[in-house]
Amino acid sequence: MSFPGPRRFSYRVSQALWVAACLAPALMLFTIVVAYPIAGAMAYSLFRWDGIVRGGFVGLVNFQRLLTQYPYSVRMLTAFWHNVWTFALTMVIQNGLGLLFAMLLAGRTWGAKIYRAIFFMPVTLSLVIVGFLWQLFLNPVWGIVNKSLALIGLGGLARPWLGDVHTALIAITLVNAWRWVGFPTIVFLAGIQAIPDEYLEAARLDGAGPGPIFRRVILPLLAPQVNIIVILTFIGAFNWFELPYVMQGVTGEPNHATDVLGLLFYRSAFGAVDTGNPDVGIGSSIAVIMFTLILVVSSLGAIYLRRREVEL
Amino acid sequence: MLPAGRTRSQHMGGAALAQTVLFVNTLLVLLPMVFMVLSSLKTTREIFQRPFSLPANLAWQNYSVVWDAAHFSLYFRNSVIVTVASMVLILVTSTLAAYALGRYQFRGNDLIYLYFLTGIMVPIRLAIIPLFILMRDLRLLDTYWSLILVYTASGLPSAIFILTGFFRTLPRDLDNAARIDGAGELSVLIRVMLPLVRPALAIVTVYNIIPIWNDFFFPLVFIHQDRLKTLPLGLTVFFGEFATNWALLFAGLTLAAAPVIGLYILMSQQFIKGLTAGAVKG
Repeated sequence: MSFPGPRRFSYRVSQALWVAACLAPALMLFTIVVAYPIAGAMAYSLFRWDGIVRGGFVGLVNFQRLLTQYPYSVRMLTAFWHNVWTFALTMVIQNGLGLLFAMLLAGRTWGAKIYRAIFFMPVTLSLVIVGFLWQLFLNPVWGIVNKSLALIGLGGLARPWLGDVHTALIAITLVNAWRWVGFPTIVFLAGIQAIPDEYLEAARLDGAGPGPIFRRVILPLLAPQVNIIVILTFIGAFNWFELPYVMQGVTGEPNHATDVLGLLFYRSAFGAVDTGNPDVGIGSSIAVIMFTLILVVSSLGAIYLRRREVEL
Repeated sequence: MLPAGRTRSQHMGGAALAQTVLFVNTLLVLLPMVFMVLSSLKTTREIFQRPFSLPANLAWQNYSVVWDAAHFSLYFRNSVIVTVASMVLILVTSTLAAYALGRYQFRGNDLIYLYFLTGIMVPIRLAIIPLFILMRDLRLLDTYWSLILVYTASGLPSAIFILTGFFRTLPRDLDNAARIDGAGELSVLIRVMLPLVRPALAIVTVYNIIPIWNDFFFPLVFIHQDRLKTLPLGLTVFFGEFATNWALLFAGLTLAAAPVIGLYILMSQQFIKGLTAGAVKG
């Protein structure tokens, strides 16, 4: 195609304008409502704050206060370990079960499609609904969990699951797993179904039983899916907020047994009984630490994933 | 999978064991929901005295109390307005941007694409303090717009990622042929391109609409007037107000869960595909 000079020039200008017009709304929205606030969140941690009014630049003083000044120093450590514990428990129980269900659903399992749809259903439910529902079920006096235990002769096990410092965090982590387990199930199942039948056939012809086939063939080929699930579980565990907030309140009852970084961040940013008035400096420092943790782990995961994909 | 060298009865035993495990988990998923619905049709006294029995009389009035007295109709309306507006804005702005990035070559294309992509992994709620101050300065606190803007902007990176990839796979000659026929840029996009990217738009919709509908965090921070609260936030008000009226609480939960579960039953495959997009290839 050859256009005469002037027309071609005006065509290029109008096309450039069109491209700019297409990009402008998304660029503006993303810059003002995502990029700028995120940059702000980083910067805020380096300033002194009086309530919600910004003071002078103070360097790393907020981080120092967060790690040494009561109550933040104590709360921060407690919350951090609760996040780590939640991550570990979720990895073992939720993702372990997800992998088991995926293995059982792969192949020509009867009813696989219906099971798949049922297991995934709670993933669509709001965590507020899930939290309140299980709060009612776990009620120590009349909840069906303790009543069911009594019904099958295990009444001695009944306890105030959410009110006991030893069981509260485990209980809400299990509720979280109830809501999410369908997600790893689907991801692992897709991974298993993508494994060519010839690989499994070859292993079988070599005389490998189901155990070695799982460990030596299926699991290595599932590495990308495992990697994604580990990253998403990590991000989810360290961003955990809704379920502890709804079920255990903003301070992570009982006695901070379910306090996590997300709750502590919210309390310091907007004020609460145990942390006092809003302290934007402290809140922003917590945000920076959470942000860094998540970024480091997800980048490591992405690098590992890319390297594996090259190998395969 | 049938490993070689195992007898038929061994295989049957394995299949029975698998069915047992799968069935037990089916009960674990479904029984809580069945209990929720059954309890919502009982009286509070009945829930306490006969937790496992069917409701003696169906207490439908629980639902009308929740719908009117507990402002559920209001919370529903707010959730619908915020979700629909955000979703429309996400689809329109991300389609335009992805179209520009996927179909035109210009300086800075890769840079702008990467700029959007940095938003995928970043948990936007960690920026809640600057966002709160931004919304206050724009005088948008306690408005639908505070929520709509945050949901739209934070939905853009994944939407642009999915759609740009899709636009790039479409053959080069499609739009050029239309241009030679004299079509303007806008009509190339609307008449030629949009019908072809519909599957990707469906994925973007499911991927965003459920988390937006379910979101609790941003309304908690931005919305204080009861008449503007969305369903998840309204539920916390309702649970505070009717704390001891368990039958009403179950009715409220059932009502809140019904729309999403209803849609899920109708189109579970699309939900599963949309919500796991990004974690599952293809």
